[in-house]
Amino acid sequence: MSEKSSMNLSGKNSFPRRLLSFLGTMELAITLLLTLAIASVIGTVLQQNQPYTDYVIKFGPFWFEVFESVGLYDVYSAPWFLLILTLLVVSTAVCVTRHTPSMLKDMRNLRTQVQRKSLATMKHSEQWSSSDAPDTLAKSFQQQLKLKGFRTRLTDKNGAILVSAMRGGINRLGYILTHVAIVVICVGGLMDGNLPLKVAEWRGQIQIETRDLPLSQIPQESRLATGKQAFRGSVSIPEGRSADVVFLPMRDGYLVQSLPFRVELEQFRVEHHDNGQPRSFESDLVIHDPELEEPLRHTIAVNHPLIYKGYAIYQASFADGGSELQVEAWPFDHRAGEPVMLDTSVFDSRDMRWGERQYRLEMTNFRLFNINPDPTDDNPRRMTNSGPSFGFILRSHTGEATEYENYMFPVEREGRMFYLSGVRSSPSENFSYLHLPADANGGVDGFMNYLARLRDTNLVADIASVMTHNALAELPVPDVNLEESLQQTLTTLVGMFVRGGFDEVREFVEVQLPEIERQTLAPAYLGMLREMLARVYFAGVDGHDLDNTDSQNIFFLQDAVDAIGSLPRYHSPVFLMLHDYEHIQASGLQIARAPGQFVVYFGSVMLIAGLFILFYLPQRRLWIWLESEGGVSRVLLAGMTNRNPRDFDGFFDEIQRLLKPDKREL
Amino acid sequence: MSETNQQNKADGQSWLAVGAWWAVLVLATVFILVTYGNQLDVYEVTILFLTGFSMAWLGKVWPPFRWHALAVAVLSLFALRQYGADLSMAQQDFWLNYVLASQSAIMWMSAFYLVSTVTYFGGLIARSDYTQKLGSRFAWIATTMGMVGLMVRWRESHMMGADIGYIPVSNLYEVFILFCVITSLIYLFYERRYSTRGLGGFVMLMITAAVMFLLWYAFERNAHEIEPLVPALQSYWMKIHVPTNFIGYGAFAIATMIAVAYLLVSWRAEKNPESEFVKAMPSLDAMDDLMHKSIALGFAFFTVATILGAFWAAEAWGGYWTWDPKETWSLILWLNYAAWLHMRFTKGWHGRPMAWWAIAGFFVMLFTFLGVNIFLSGLHSYGGL
Repeated sequence: MSEKSSMNLSGKNSFPRRLLSFLGTMELAITLLLTLAIASVIGTVLQQNQPYTDYVIKFGPFWFEVFESVGLYDVYSAPWFLLILTLLVVSTAVCVTRHTPSMLKDMRNLRTQVQRKSLATMKHSEQWSSSDAPDTLAKSFQQQLKLKGFRTRLTDKNGAILVSAMRGGINRLGYILTHVAIVVICVGGLMDGNLPLKVAEWRGQIQIETRDLPLSQIPQESRLATGKQAFRGSVSIPEGRSADVVFLPMRDGYLVQSLPFRVELEQFRVEHHDNGQPRSFESDLVIHDPELEEPLRHTIAVNHPLIYKGYAIYQASFADGGSELQVEAWPFDHRAGEPVMLDTSVFDSRDMRWGERQYRLEMTNFRLFNINPDPTDDNPRRMTNSGPSFGFILRSHTGEATEYENYMFPVEREGRMFYLSGVRSSPSENFSYLHLPADANGGVDGFMNYLARLRDTNLVADIASVMTHNALAELPVPDVNLEESLQQTLTTLVGMFVRGGFDEVREFVEVQLPEIERQTLAPAYLGMLREMLARVYFAGVDGHDLDNTDSQNIFFLQDAVDAIGSLPRYHSPVFLMLHDYEHIQASGLQIARAPGQFVVYFGSVMLIAGLFILFYLPQRRLWIWLESEGGVSRVLLAGMTNRNPRDFDGFFDEIQRLLKPDKREL
Repeated sequence: MSETNQQNKADGQSWLAVGAWWAVLVLATVFILVTYGNQLDVYEVTILFLTGFSMAWLGKVWPPFRWHALAVAVLSLFALRQYGADLSMAQQDFWLNYVLASQSAIMWMSAFYLVSTVTYFGGLIARSDYTQKLGSRFAWIATTMGMVGLMVRWRESHMMGADIGYIPVSNLYEVFILFCVITSLIYLFYERRYSTRGLGGFVMLMITAAVMFLLWYAFERNAHEIEPLVPALQSYWMKIHVPTNFIGYGAFAIATMIAVAYLLVSWRAEKNPESEFVKAMPSLDAMDDLMHKSIALGFAFFTVATILGAFWAAEAWGGYWTWDPKETWSLILWLNYAAWLHMRFTKGWHGRPMAWWAIAGFFVMLFTFLGVNIFLSGLHSYGGL
């Protein structure tokens, strides 16, 4: 069969024919298979379709451009990658077209033209004699082979009889099915790929939008009309809102694809297991379509998409949809202790003034549940729910941004309750947490009142005066100067602490005090400061004085001092505390149209069927040559297979035992 | 050869036993449908029937499988009876605590795979056929315990809460058990059909490596604890996608170990064709052929698994092919073995180069199976360490 085709080819040695012949070679096919494999690795090692700025940071401007020009950020739709894929498809197609006619013929052909000599030299052949006449034997062999599933035919060979038999002719179909399947799958894949968009972009018909614009301002060149084309895009819809477009990510930007209907999100739900892990994500959708008599209601979930008019709508993600938040703002400055109420919502931003400084407050997120590993538990898999939290960014007038994440309810740490507030100056950092101790009533008032007292210069001066007086009462002669300077030092220390924490106090000690006195005076200064901090605290606690304290107050004081000490690193003039909220969620939907899907599926089924036929239904041929010689019939049995020769060894033995008159082993 | 034939014949003729096997399967299917029918959807009923038919066929061509399946069924049902509805019976009941609770059964599985490996190699060194047979016995026991472990774990997950229960092929710990069990079953099938006991130690060595990882994973990372499934995995596709995939991985792993054995025997035979080791091992041709059979089996099932994965992806992630790292590496693995098979079929390559290529293929498989989850980010992240 292959001889014939190669003769044809050599007959006309034109370029197209030579090219076709080259495209059909096995060497090319195997090279392409392996090249495709190696090329595919790139896209898994280098994360695809990330924001371009990430790539610039990673590779530097020079390599960024080099890599961009060869399409490494979207390898699987790079022209060279598609070229390899196309070549593979062409090579397979050429191969299958060339071989199919002979294969089809081979499926039917019982090879009756064989000669005795060639049968006798086959690897599997056996001879014996029988007293029955050749035609009787032929009939009986035919019968027995039929029972074994063989197709048979008798041929007269100049007096001899040839029984030709074949089983598993369908094996050749396996070859055809598998190779056609590859072509079918790739064609289906092409139908669902974004090649048409690339072409349209190349011809200047569409333009990728890279700016973050409101929908109404996105120009017409970046919009795609509804049609039959394939796409896969996503859209985030807040509860109670709807959308009739999806956004298709394209390299470093996006395109807007219109839908022939409007999707409304009524509600999004997350359900949880007892241990806090999510059990299901569901969206109640309403499809509004003029062609529908009434809107279509349907709930989708992960693994349960809605297919409407060939558009598949998937539950892909979720986010906050602009939850309404009521926030108490507790200033840290001299007004500490008096909160201001703010009504805001997620994604809202506003300018605020605290003291002399102007800030921009941007609410970024709200989370109803914070299910994290419990830090107090040895088992890292045990989870606890720390309740709602919200995130915001404070931007100073110089543009410096600090990100915060505050929890609504206090959480327990070592038996005490704290309000947690995470702070970081860039998204690449981890949050570091401010621990504000909750007071006996569970609020922040206790802490804020204490802070307010420390900021109250008159109060601090009074307490410093009392403390100085007590300390110097032992002196036989009162020293007014000393008393005054000590009082001054104490108020200064408190002032420094409130402004810059222990760091500033230490710095003052390092810079201001002479080297020699530092060793002795530094601990004394810190001791005095601690004494002052305690005095100011207990001055505000009813029925307590320094000699009569309980551990609860001691711990609170210690925690409050630690918190105030870390305030300078908190970078915010205010503590925002969530008072109340209305949770509004947004569901991230993925909407796709894949007209090639069933072509791909059809090809896949073909591929599977073809593989199993090819591997497990081998083509087995048998020939029996019968001739009469001196009153006895001489029988020659020969056989061959195209797969699994070792299994055929056993099979041939079995056939032999079946057909031989004497069934004893040799 | 003639020994195999007689065996085949004897297998074929014991129709009474086959009939009994089929009757058991029909009864089991009816029992499952009656007991759990109201909880199964149409897909799960289909999967049940498919499982029944596969087991019917497998038991027909491979009699020892019937005994394995029956042993797994009896032991698992006994374990379920001991459990009742109380998960804490795992510590209180003697049988559960020491043998049948999933964790205990898996420990027994691990132990017996180790013993089997040592016994196989011992038999090979001592050239003792009896010892090698003992090796396969141990492998059968290990496989049975592993399967019991999975079955009981399935039930345990349901006992943890009505909506927690899932088929235990859903995380890295569980699929490693599945890998051991399936690899060993495929090998035992080949061993009986092609009389290749000399390869037992090599294949069990691979399984031992998996067992070592499994033990480390359980003791260091507490991976054996049952956790509810993330929503993306809650699908009937799981029940067919994962086992099919592991038939593929298992067969590729066997091909790898045959390739290793092939290279060792061929080096030894070059130096000394009369060497004891060479004589004790299957012939080079036989190993070459079996390596090819394994890769063909693996390729067929891996193709099915990848396609099933694509069907599932179309339902869960919104696209049948999104070039997710796991998908891409599956394609790479598939292309690699496709090239291997083409070389073998059309170019007639065989012997050492193909053995080396099969070993190289194993590393691609290892990366597809584990590396993707550990080193690359993607949608299959729940399979991570």
